[in-house]
Amino acid sequence: MIQFQLNGRPVQADVEPDMPLLWVLRDELGHTGTKFGCGVGACGACTVHLQGAAIRSCVIPVVAVAGQSVQTIEAEGDAVLERLQAAWVQHQVPQCGYCQSGMLMAAASLLRQNPHPSDVDIDAAMTNLCRCGTYVRVRAAIHTAAETPAPPKTEIA
Amino acid sequence: MKPRVDASRRRFLLAGAALGGGLLVGCSAPTPEDRLGSPDVLPVREGHVALNGWVRIATDGTVTVAVPRAEMGQGVFTALPLLLAEELDADWDDVRSEPAPVDRIYANQAMMLNALPFGVEEEGWMVRAGSAALERLGSVLSLQATGGSSSIRDAWGPLRVAGATARAMLVQVAAKRWQVDASTCRTEAGRVIHPDGQRKLGYGELAADAAVLAPPERVRLKDPKQFRLIGRAAPRQDIPAKVNGSAVFGVDVRVPGMVYAALIQAPVFGADVVSFDGSEALKQRGILQVVRIPHAVAVIADNWWRAKQARERVKVQWTATPHDAYTSQDLARAADEALRDGFGMPYVMRGDAEGRIEQARHSGAGRAQDGTPAKGAGPRVLEARYHAPHLAHAALEPINCTARVHEGRVELWVSTQVASLARWRAAQVAGVDTEQVTLHLALVGGGFGRRLEVDMVEQAVQLAMQTQGKPVKMVWTREEDTQHDFYRPAAWADFRAALDEQGRVIAWHNRVAAQPPTNMATVRLLPWASSKLPDKSQIEGAFDVPYAIEHMKVQQLQLESPVPVGFWRSVGHSYNAFFTECFADELAHAEGADPLAWRRARLGSQPRHRAVLDEVARRSGWGTPLPAGRARGIALQGSFGSICAQVVEASLEGGEVRVHRVTCVIDCGVVVHPDTVVAQMQGSVAFALTAASHGEITVAQGRVQQSSFPDQPLLPMARMPRVDVHLMPSAHPPGGVGEPGVPPLAPALANALFALTGERLRSLPLRPQARGDVTAVS
Repeated sequence: MIQFQLNGRPVQADVEPDMPLLWVLRDELGHTGTKFGCGVGACGACTVHLQGAAIRSCVIPVVAVAGQSVQTIEAEGDAVLERLQAAWVQHQVPQCGYCQSGMLMAAASLLRQNPHPSDVDIDAAMTNLCRCGTYVRVRAAIHTAAETPAPPKTEIA
Repeated sequence: MKPRVDASRRRFLLAGAALGGGLLVGCSAPTPEDRLGSPDVLPVREGHVALNGWVRIATDGTVTVAVPRAEMGQGVFTALPLLLAEELDADWDDVRSEPAPVDRIYANQAMMLNALPFGVEEEGWMVRAGSAALERLGSVLSLQATGGSSSIRDAWGPLRVAGATARAMLVQVAAKRWQVDASTCRTEAGRVIHPDGQRKLGYGELAADAAVLAPPERVRLKDPKQFRLIGRAAPRQDIPAKVNGSAVFGVDVRVPGMVYAALIQAPVFGADVVSFDGSEALKQRGILQVVRIPHAVAVIADNWWRAKQARERVKVQWTATPHDAYTSQDLARAADEALRDGFGMPYVMRGDAEGRIEQARHSGAGRAQDGTPAKGAGPRVLEARYHAPHLAHAALEPINCTARVHEGRVELWVSTQVASLARWRAAQVAGVDTEQVTLHLALVGGGFGRRLEVDMVEQAVQLAMQTQGKPVKMVWTREEDTQHDFYRPAAWADFRAALDEQGRVIAWHNRVAAQPPTNMATVRLLPWASSKLPDKSQIEGAFDVPYAIEHMKVQQLQLESPVPVGFWRSVGHSYNAFFTECFADELAHAEGADPLAWRRARLGSQPRHRAVLDEVARRSGWGTPLPAGRARGIALQGSFGSICAQVVEASLEGGEVRVHRVTCVIDCGVVVHPDTVVAQMQGSVAFALTAASHGEITVAQGRVQQSSFPDQPLLPMARMPRVDVHLMPSAHPPGGVGEPGVPPLAPALANALFALTGERLRSLPLRPQARGDVTAVS
C-alpha cells in the first residue's frame, strides 16, 4: 500500500511500486484531468506537481512519491494556479484542450520559481507539446497571470 | 468579373459527379427549411420545450442548442449556437450547447462540397448543379461528420432559419397575449417587447405555448448589418472545463465495471496473427484475458498500465505478407515510373500546354538547367520535380475507444469525427442493427482527420464481444498511434512550363502522383467500391491554381502502396500548395519578376485572391528592408471555400531554419466567430511548421520507422513564431477555417529560404544545404 497526499488529502493505492504515478492517478484514483500523451516524458501532458515542482507523472514510479505531496489540475485553492486558469480563460487559450492540464501545471511551477518570467524564461520552462498550436496564447496568458497580483475578473458565458 | 467555369475543362470528373451524385440521388438538396426538424428529434428534458430539431427553451429562459458536430477545439460548441442565438435574439448568457442526437436533419451536406472540382471563386451552372447534387448526396448518406472545414458552412442556413423560426413562434404567442399585431413587436436579449416599449415577456414564459404552433413556412433572416452576435467576441463554451481538468475526452471515460485493453498490433501493414501464447502474461497481476482480434492480440486487465506491461510477455507469430521488405524507396520508384510512363487522368486541359512546351523546347534556347535563367533569354522550358513525404496526424490524445456489447446492444464512448459512421460500423462488427448502438460522443483531443476513421471502433467492439458484457476501454500507446495511422499520402509532382520569346510564362503542365486518400478511405468502408475513380482530394490545390496561364494541363496519377493513407488536415492541398506555390515562385524568378507582382498580374479574374494577396503584402511589409540574414517568402492558396495567403520571415541559424514572423490573411467569407478564426490560423501555422521543418514518416521492412515524439518531433513553444492574423471583411457566405491556414505555410517558408540562400528546396521537410548562419543574397 503506497500512501501520499493528493491535492491536500491523504490517499493510498494498492499497486506495484513501479506503476507510474500517472496510471495510479487515472485508473486507480479516478483523477483523469492528468493526461496520457506519450508515456516517455516527452510531451508533458501528464505534468503534475511533486512537492510544488512540475514533474512528468508518466515516468515517475508511484513509490517515488510515497509520503509526499502531489498536486494535479483538479487542485482547489492554489492562488497561482487559479490566476493562470483565469488568464487561460481570458486569452481563450485551449483548442482541443488535451495538453492544457499539463501546460497549466508547468506554468504554475514556473511562476512559483520565477514570478515574472521573460519570453526566454517561458520558452525554456514550457517544453510541453501542443498539437493544436496554442503556444502564442499560452505565452500571453502566462504574462497576464504573472503581471496580475489578484485573479482578474473574467466573464465566462 | 467572376470567373466562370470553362466547359471544356474537367469533363471527365464532372461526368462522374453528375452520374454519381445527380442521377443516383436527384439534383435538389434539402433546404435549411427542410432541415428544421420536428421537436421530437430532441430528447425530452424536464422544464424544457423544443421548438424544432435544433433548440429547446426552458421555463427559466435557458436556450439549449443541439450541436451535431464534434468539439475538437475548433469552437463548434460556441459558433453553431451563436448562429441560432443571433436569429433568435437570445441573450448569449442564457445559451447552452449539447451534443445532438443522430438524425437526418443533422447530416453534414456541406462536407461533400469538398469533392467538387472547382476553385473557390468559380461560379456558374455547373458549380450550382454539382453543389446541389453533392449536398443531396450528403443528406442521403446521412453523414453526421465533422471534417473538411465544413461545420459553419453547413450550419449557416439551417441554424439561422431554426433560430428565426423559433423567434417568430415566440413573437406570435406574445402578440396574441397582448392582443397586438405580431409585426409591431420587437425582440431583444431573450424577450419579446410590446409596441409600447414597456411590457416584456421572456422566452421562457412563452415557449410552452409556442411549441404547439405550426412553424411559419418562411422566415426573413437578418440583414448582416443587424447582427449582434455574429462577428463579435463570445467566450468559447468548452474552455472553462478545459482549464480545470473536468473536460472528459474519450480516453477519460469511466464506466462502472470497466476493464482496460492494450494491443499488440501487427508491425507490418496487413499482417495477421498466426498464433499467440498469452500464458506468461496471464500470470501477471491484474491480467484478465489475452484475446485475438483481426491484426492484433490484446491484453485485458484491471488497469491499463498493467495491460501494457504484460504485452511484453505475450508471444505472437505473425503471417508473412507480400510487402515484408517494403520501403519508402519502393514507393518513390513507383512514383518515378508513373510520372515517366503512367496514364495521368486530366483534370485541367486548357489550350495546348504540351504542344507549347515542345515548341519552346525545340525553338528556344532549350531546356533550362536547374536554377534561374536570365530574363529575356528567348523561348525555353523550365522543369522541376517536387516531393512531400507521408505524415502522421499525431493528435495528443492517443487513439482509444470504450465499448460494451451486452444482450444484443452496443454502447460506445469515443472521441470521433464521424458519429454516424461509428455507429454503423459498430453494428456491422457486432452483427446488430444500427438502432441497437448507443454512441456517447466525448470531447476530441485532436482530430486533424485521424478521427474520421473508425478502426478504433472496430477494435473496441471486437474486444467487447469477448469480455462477457464488461465494458472495455482500449487505449493505444503513442508508438502505436504513430505506427498505425492513416497517413497523409506521400506525393510527387512533375512540372514543365514554357516561356515565350518575351520570357513570359505561357504554358504550365503538372502531373501529381500519390495514393488517392478518398478512394482509399471509401474502400476501407465499402470493399466493393472502386479505388480507381478520379479522386479530387488527391489533386486539390493543383488543378485549381488561380493564376491565368494561357495553356494549362494538370493530371492525376494514382499510386498503390500497402501504406494506408487518409485525410490529414487540408488533405491534398497540404502538398499541392507546396508544389504549385513553389513552382510559381520559380516561374516568377525565371521571368525576373517579383514573386508578389508575378502572382498579382495573373489574378485579374480572381478578385478575392488578389485582395488577400494585396493585404498580406501590405501587412507583412513586403519589399521593405529586413535585418541582415532574414528573408521573406509568400504563398497563396484557396481551399475549403476560403482563401489564405501567408508571408513568412525566416533565417538560418547554425543550419537550422528559424521562422520569426508569419503574416496570415484569410478571406473566409462572413466571419461568425472571429477569435476562433484567429486561433485556427495561429494553430495552422504551428501544425504546418511542424510538417515543413521535420515532418516525415518513413517505411522500412513493411513497417513505420518512427514511433514517439522523440523521433517524430512536434514544434515546441520556443520555435513558435509571432503570427499576425488579419480577417478580410466579406459578405460572401462562410468558408472553412480549420484547414485553409495550413497549405500556404510550407511554400511561403521554402520561398523565403530561396530568397535567403538561392537554394530551391523541392522536398519536404525542408533541409537546407547551407550550414551556419546565412546572410541574405539579395
